[in-house]
Amino acid sequence: MEWEVVIGLETHVQLTTQSKIFSGSSTAFGAEPNTQASIVDLALPGALPVMNRGAVERAVKFGLAIGATINQRSIMARKNYFYPDLPKGYQISQFETPIVQGGGVTITLDDGTTKFIELTRAHLEEDAGKSVHDLFDGASGVDLNRAGTPLLEIVTEPVMRSAKEAIAYAKALHNLVRYLDICDGNMQEGSFRCDVNVSVRPVGQKEFGTRREIKNLNSFKFMQQAIDYEVRWQIEQIEDGKKIVQATVLFNPDTGETRAMRTKEDAMDYRYFPDPDLPPLVVSDADLAHIKAAMPELPEAKCARFASHYGLSPYDARLLSQDGATATFFETAVKTGADPKLAANWMLGDLSAALNRDEKSIEQSPVSAVQLAGVIARISDGTISHKIGKTVFDALWKGDGADADAVIDSKGLRQISDSGAIEKIVDEVLAKSAAQIADYKAGKEKALMSIVGQVMKASQGKANPAQVNDIIKRKLGA
Amino acid sequence: MSLSTQDIERIAHLARLAVTPAEVAAVQGKLNGVFKLIDEMQAVNTEGVTPMSHGLDMVMRLRGDTVTETNHRDKYQRNAPAAADGYYLVPKVIE
Repeated sequence: MEWEVVIGLETHVQLTTQSKIFSGSSTAFGAEPNTQASIVDLALPGALPVMNRGAVERAVKFGLAIGATINQRSIMARKNYFYPDLPKGYQISQFETPIVQGGGVTITLDDGTTKFIELTRAHLEEDAGKSVHDLFDGASGVDLNRAGTPLLEIVTEPVMRSAKEAIAYAKALHNLVRYLDICDGNMQEGSFRCDVNVSVRPVGQKEFGTRREIKNLNSFKFMQQAIDYEVRWQIEQIEDGKKIVQATVLFNPDTGETRAMRTKEDAMDYRYFPDPDLPPLVVSDADLAHIKAAMPELPEAKCARFASHYGLSPYDARLLSQDGATATFFETAVKTGADPKLAANWMLGDLSAALNRDEKSIEQSPVSAVQLAGVIARISDGTISHKIGKTVFDALWKGDGADADAVIDSKGLRQISDSGAIEKIVDEVLAKSAAQIADYKAGKEKALMSIVGQVMKASQGKANPAQVNDIIKRKLGA
Repeated sequence: MSLSTQDIERIAHLARLAVTPAEVAAVQGKLNGVFKLIDEMQAVNTEGVTPMSHGLDMVMRLRGDTVTETNHRDKYQRNAPAAADGYYLVPKVIE
């Protein structure tokens, strides 16, 4: 039987505010336990929450970016459950009326096709604290530094049909929230966590199968592995005549398997109700207009502009506009005077290779956009060849010199365009290349390349290759 | 709508309230009384009335995104039954 996979995602995006959603405690990562937990975060009696405007603005920014409806009046609700890292006994979230409704994200798959992933909603809520179970004998430790950190939970419709689509969506969303600067996207620190709902059904069946929810995936690799395993497992169960029981499962990266954490029978009943401590959240027309006016250019628009304004290929334009830091690097290089197409080639070629090799992000690049523009300018004006440009780039990468000109001068890399000097080297090489000359005269074009190569080598790469070619051909009477 | 004794037991468990078997009937009677009131309210025609989520006609006050709290961990942890190495300690829980 042919099976179809149905996937929906819920993503918890930690917002980049300085302070918590309902208190003035810091949200900085990595502090000593409980040093960033105030009376509101600790749920001391009488302590009341006050909403952080920064969190609301970030949620609205997201909603505007994905073309969603912004509910200018939304309701905070209590989600009730008991766990030691949730001292109030409820999480403040949104239930019936979230701040963001609808909208969607367009994903591009490897084969170049695109798909619109519809979102159900995005709502504001607070994070819980952290429990540690292995530090103390017979006790669990609770750290409430994370309690009250603002989250935006972003929920899709069950519209994805493969692990590939789910990963593409998660990556697109990850990219978008960083672009908007509403989340730092740090998955190791838990700033971007995905819950994946997976079910399978025979191709052609209208009703959805029973779903299982894989919780808290914090890497794209694990997401791929978890979905692949879960899909195989569900199909095997059904083909063995068993029924899928709705459940929450955890992925174990060591075994590559998913394991049920709780089933529907003992599922939570969260008994949501409007939080009496927090009246309706109202986004005024003025606030909305203000946020709209401050929206950054979005990836799609930037991509189109890169292609039309700079004459880049659609492919290059997409790669360079995909994340904010790369796009800024490119535009800085171009504004410094680099030819846009050469800048694109360098960034997607040598720069990208060097970043990968040294496992650095573009923000950490030892060669700045201005420095790269300097290298490109010297290639464009003929001071150095493209090949020497790579030498200069490598030197800048290692920190040998402040800019391209300094490296060219200190290493004596200036291109030799003086035809007299080049002729001298050509003569020396020709004197030792009787065999190649004979081959060339017998019609072997390759022999010429070999002679050019030797001349370039003799000039330490500094001769102008076009000139070398011309001089050799002239001397050989071609 | 009326609640069975099983409903009462489940609600008590969700709220972590220790309702003894002897108390179940009394609690059931009271809660069913509340549901009776709800039934009466549901008979009212509310067409065109915006659902109310709060008793007061107010909107939420917002604060600026600034860190205003400082570390008072030692003071706060003096209230805790058990704390060590900066953590609050609770009976071992592993889900």
